[in-house]
Amino acid sequence: MEIIQHLSDGFFIAFEPLNLALILLGVVVGLFIGAMPGLGSVNGVAILLPMTFLVPPTSAIIFLAALYYGAMYGGAISSITLGIPGASTAVATTFDGRPLALKGDADKALIAAALASFFGGTISIVLFTGFAPPLASIALDFGDQEIFALMLLAFATFVGLSGDDIPKTIFSICIGMVFSSVGLDIMSGEPRLIFFDIIGFMHGINFLVLAIGIYGIGEMMWTIEVSRGEMLMSKVVINLERIINNLKELLQTWKIAVSSSFVGFFVGILPAAGATPGALMSYGIAKMTTKNPEKYGKGEVGGVVAPEAANNAASTGAMLPMLTLGIPGSPTTAILLGGMVIWGLVPGPRLFVDETAFVWGLIASLYAANLFAVIINISFIPLFLWMLKMPFTILAAIIFVLSLVGGFAPTQDMHDVWLMLLFGVGGYLLRKLDYPLAPAVLAIVLGPIAEPALRQSLLISNGDITVFFTRPISGPITVIAIILLLLPLFKLLKKKLVPNAT
Amino acid sequence: MKRAEIITAILMAALSIYFMWKSAELEVGWIPEEGPGGGAWPFWLAAIMLLCCIWIAINWFRRSSPPSKSDKPFMDSYAVRMFLLVGGSVTAMIGLVHFIGMYGAIPVFLIFYIRYLGQHSWLTTLLISLGSPIVIFFFFDIALRVVLPKGYLEPLFYPLYDIFL
Repeated sequence: MEIIQHLSDGFFIAFEPLNLALILLGVVVGLFIGAMPGLGSVNGVAILLPMTFLVPPTSAIIFLAALYYGAMYGGAISSITLGIPGASTAVATTFDGRPLALKGDADKALIAAALASFFGGTISIVLFTGFAPPLASIALDFGDQEIFALMLLAFATFVGLSGDDIPKTIFSICIGMVFSSVGLDIMSGEPRLIFFDIIGFMHGINFLVLAIGIYGIGEMMWTIEVSRGEMLMSKVVINLERIINNLKELLQTWKIAVSSSFVGFFVGILPAAGATPGALMSYGIAKMTTKNPEKYGKGEVGGVVAPEAANNAASTGAMLPMLTLGIPGSPTTAILLGGMVIWGLVPGPRLFVDETAFVWGLIASLYAANLFAVIINISFIPLFLWMLKMPFTILAAIIFVLSLVGGFAPTQDMHDVWLMLLFGVGGYLLRKLDYPLAPAVLAIVLGPIAEPALRQSLLISNGDITVFFTRPISGPITVIAIILLLLPLFKLLKKKLVPNAT
Repeated sequence: MKRAEIITAILMAALSIYFMWKSAELEVGWIPEEGPGGGAWPFWLAAIMLLCCIWIAINWFRRSSPPSKSDKPFMDSYAVRMFLLVGGSVTAMIGLVHFIGMYGAIPVFLIFYIRYLGQHSWLTTLLISLGSPIVIFFFFDIALRVVLPKGYLEPLFYPLYDIFL
């Protein structure tokens, strides 16, 4: 009952005129960003975060969360009509969405995507509302050992589950952590890692400098290089009769929608997994459990419903550990977490005690954002299709300009703008060689939390690392983290021992 | 791609060593009663980075990672041209900020990018390149009170400051 009380208080906050306007704006901007090929929620949140300093923190995060949500809806639009995923989270949507569009059923795919997103979003927010308060109250007892163990687990998931090149993943994590330790040593106050004695490093490297560099500049250069070909857009016919017929067919996919929502939510909680693998997994499950799997990949509505329900559910799932434990479940939530620190909020379970208005306002805003997103998405499909015709040479130019001012605004130092350019160009080149960059962004946000947790733990235990294994909560977490870290090694051994297995 | 992979691994290894050396300016060992020294955390992280680079190099010698097997060029002529034009123009924009400020550099960049790279009409070009600085000025300088650098164009803004600030 307490939850309902909190939630209704939250709705009062979410429905304040400013917040309501920001939810609407966030959803629209998110839909647009999600729909543009090459731009996803993480780019939008990174580039627009500096602009939110205009409004109070609660409104700012409500806006960014709505944007995050809108982007999950928007990704489907270009997957279906252009055959190019609008964001990596919508890759699986192209498998069946594109064939449907080529058959002349683009409207069916678009509506299925929007309604499945709404369904996945709704289930996951209800799950979120139920899980968050108990998880936060458990987490209240966490000490430094547990916090460090959770960090270890977060990064271990990247190594064990992401499927990227392992040394490159670990490299990316470590370089992000090293960047986060530039500036003043938090415990002794001594200057640390002041490269070439440049004074600009004294204030540290703001996570936004890295995030905007990678997701604003680096990603744009990547997209410009990759999307060199011409895009072909499918025609969309929409009328009421077709919509009603489509809805009948859609109702039969409810089972897929339910299972995908659950899969998406729980996969989304894992830091390395998130919406993209969640969507791919749900697609796989839907295909495995259906009676006619041969239809998948040729334009089956279930193949659109599964990934779209899952990616929205995953984006909510990713917020669960961010709000309750202070460990983000995705790069986008990592940037939101960094934003919360700038706004003067301390992420973690204390939020549920000290900042109830903030937390519940945000949760209530998710319900609102989900509802607005489905309405705006379906009613403005023609408008989004028109916007997709915007040439990339204009969009990219505007993104570069926004990155410039966005990189300058947080610290107001041109040194950071140059650093951002360096990270952008470096990130682009490393990405060409399969270096994953998301772990670095997560690491620069988590570094300042992980380091003191480790140092405090070691200080208390007098340098004895068994302290991470002996406590009731940190023990199992550490063991799971180590198993995940060793997982690729087991796979390798298995391959060696059973050479003919593949 | 093959050559780029190993060169990058060597460069990143050098960077790791530089990080380790730089971290070692602070105590990297154990300080009694204080726990790990201030340099320990980045030092050991950089050490792991170095190990990863060695691992990447081993994978390269064994040809077991995709880039070490790829015969495709790291960047073809289109990619090089795009990289130089796009990267160069963004670099030039940031460089120009030091002289003619944000409000000088942004329109110059936008005109170059939209007109020269994008081949759009002069109307579109001018609308965006002159419109966006105005929006940015009202958003940052006026609403957020984040004063963006103006370079040598500062005097031109005095009348605007008088009106809005």
